[in-house]
Amino acid sequence: MKKSSAILAVAALVSSTAMVNAETLKWARAGDALTLDPHSQNEGPSHTMRHQMYEPLIIRDTSGAFVPTLATDWAPSADNPNVWVFNLRKGVKFHDGADFTAEDVVFSFERAKQPNSDMKELIGSITAVRAVDDHTVEIETDGPNPILPSNLTNLFMMDKGWTEANNTVNVQDFEGGEITYATTNVNGTGAYKLVSREPDVKTVMVRNEEYWGRNDFPMEVSEIIYTPIQNAATRVAALLSGEVNFLQDMPVQDLARVDSADGLMVKQAPQNRVIFFGMNQGADDIEADNVEGKNPLADVRVRKAMSMAINRDAIRQVVMRGQSQPAGMIAPPFVNGWTAAMDGESSTDLDGAKALMAEAGYGDGFSIRLDCPNDRYINDEAICQAAVGMLGQIGITVNLDAIPKAQHFPKITDGKTDFYMLGWGVPTYDSEYIFNFLVHGRESDIGTWNGTGFNNADLNATIKSLASNTDLDARNADIASIWRVVQDEQLYIPIHHQVLNWGMADNVGIEVDPEDQPRVKFFTMK
Amino acid sequence: MLDSDFYYAFRHSPVAIVSAIVSIVLILSAVFAPFIAPYNPFDPTSLNLMNGFTPPMEPNAFTGETFLMGTDDQGRDVFSTILYGMRISLFVGFAAVLFAVVLGILLGLLAGYFGGWVDSFIMRAADVQLTFPSILVAMLIFGIAKGITPVEHRDQMAIWVLILAIGLSDWVQFARVVRGATLVEKNKDYVSAARLIGRRPSAIMLRHILPNILSPVLVIATISLALAIIAEATLSFLGVGAPPTQPSLGTLIRIGQGYLFSGEWWILFFPACTLLALALSVNMLGDWLRDVLNPRLK
Repeated sequence: MKKSSAILAVAALVSSTAMVNAETLKWARAGDALTLDPHSQNEGPSHTMRHQMYEPLIIRDTSGAFVPTLATDWAPSADNPNVWVFNLRKGVKFHDGADFTAEDVVFSFERAKQPNSDMKELIGSITAVRAVDDHTVEIETDGPNPILPSNLTNLFMMDKGWTEANNTVNVQDFEGGEITYATTNVNGTGAYKLVSREPDVKTVMVRNEEYWGRNDFPMEVSEIIYTPIQNAATRVAALLSGEVNFLQDMPVQDLARVDSADGLMVKQAPQNRVIFFGMNQGADDIEADNVEGKNPLADVRVRKAMSMAINRDAIRQVVMRGQSQPAGMIAPPFVNGWTAAMDGESSTDLDGAKALMAEAGYGDGFSIRLDCPNDRYINDEAICQAAVGMLGQIGITVNLDAIPKAQHFPKITDGKTDFYMLGWGVPTYDSEYIFNFLVHGRESDIGTWNGTGFNNADLNATIKSLASNTDLDARNADIASIWRVVQDEQLYIPIHHQVLNWGMADNVGIEVDPEDQPRVKFFTMK
Repeated sequence: MLDSDFYYAFRHSPVAIVSAIVSIVLILSAVFAPFIAPYNPFDPTSLNLMNGFTPPMEPNAFTGETFLMGTDDQGRDVFSTILYGMRISLFVGFAAVLFAVVLGILLGLLAGYFGGWVDSFIMRAADVQLTFPSILVAMLIFGIAKGITPVEHRDQMAIWVLILAIGLSDWVQFARVVRGATLVEKNKDYVSAARLIGRRPSAIMLRHILPNILSPVLVIATISLALAIIAEATLSFLGVGAPPTQPSLGTLIRIGQGYLFSGEWWILFFPACTLLALALSVNMLGDWLRDVLNPRLK
């Protein structure tokens, strides 16, 4: 009798300590990672999933400052201005027990430069990566590149041996629907290890007790259960019922409901992401309008009029319920090159807009198709619908085509749309990233997301020179002059900067990350 | 007329009277929507976004305007949108049933009259279709049609595609009933007589057999109308029906369900009640009609 009660007591003790350590983060958001292959798909939700299990050399904290991760420190080489030297962290092991060395870094960079890689635009200036010794790496660029570290915060390190042994050296052909070992299996250095994954259903991860930073970070979550829930009402219901305790894509209409619920809270922060419309102004005639033989969007007066017709304050108050900041330029305020003056340049002026339309010869208006995603940005379809009404007031009849992001984005990159919605986050915190993707004329390896047809040779040259301009003042002056052209040409119609809201149970402790990248190793569970 | 059996049965059935009144009121208010509705919700230029999410009978915080049933997320007056949306629902319902009836009668007559391989072919096709849920068939047809329609005309085409999709998913039951009745009728003396005097098969089918088998078709058609209205609402609820700038009842319900937790109940509640009243009253009327026209229940 005595013996069995002692056993019971021990069992109770064991289970209570187990309770203390076993904290599960039940995490939901609207969509799933598109793939686990670290170098395929440069997309926010995919990076979020990878960041739990893989690590780059450097990450950023919530203020945007660099945090040494797999690299402990880095500096330009004293001997060669084109070279950066990275010192790697010692004693780091991959999930399978292999050591992390310079060889793995060289391998990962080579892999990320493959044609199928979606990360290649970020490291286009890198010409060579060399292992000096086991824990030192030299990265050489085609000219001095002062902002190279900014481009590496989503570039994940893989284990050379594991990748080769599992025949997954090649980055998957995502558009071709290829599935490889690396798309469903993970061997990273990260704080969490993959337990199981069913795409679009559930992904389970468990704490990596051998993690190099096990004692440096809170790491209070022992298990992560990640569930994508597309329907907004269902997602909120899951949080309210306690089925999940961390919700990343909070619908703006339910913020008050969640915040006032017992045991739940909402944390918010401005997001590093701007939402805008793009217009094909480069073509002589466009397919999406009803004007024959000419392109109304080629006239800057029409583009200005369209921007003036958009009532950004109404969108902020009604569609976004205050969860946005009206934008006048397509750079989030976090980005080097952003100015408050330019961000305040869009105003609503219906009479002025009508006058400009008449001046441009479109007093009677025209009709055009607007392509819009319906599952990517906060209330994307509702914003587009609101724009339909607002543009209608200056005589532009807009036919709205709202479709899922998987079909919408290829339309932009393939040049199949003349008027579209797009959102842009800037992980490098520098305007060069925006120019490279959205302002430089479209070529195979640059300007890939520029659907405007805008192509200015002088501007292209200035944009290309930014990467190797080491005189930061001159570089900033160049950035300002490029923005002036973008603003004066009304290359895009900025709408707003998103505000990020994360819903969570009271015991979950985490600060909102402006890039919408929660890293669970920082979470506390009280 | 007034002393017919039909009218007698009607006068003595409270269910039929109420259903008929509700149906007629709803149908008339849909038909005359442009005269009744205070706003035109299908004209995006007339909308003021600042009116969005106004509760019923309360002045909007920004514009001070008041709306009988409130407004939705785009500032559309819910009452007006219900009236206009009901036009879409009813038009799609009537047209889809008409389409299904015509197709079903033609194929059913052919199958029943000619028999043999024609019969086997048509009825096996019908069997195959019956193995799929009709909403899936409608979604498939809608998806294909959407893919091949130019985007500029998609909004205008959406209504016709809905009619085609719902009609094509619904013809089987008409074909089966008509075939069965034709099999019975074609061996009767009047058909043999018509054949003897040399009338063409098409004339025999349409002029002689068809009028004698119409009453079961009418009953099924009435019940189908209610189902077609619900099918349209379902497709629109799933986001594959009426375009977002021209919401039908189903679209409104889809929009409204996203705002249930945040307390904006009216966007869902009023359209849902209207859809319920419409489908229920038409269905009850159909049930009553079936009882009255069925000689075995007399």
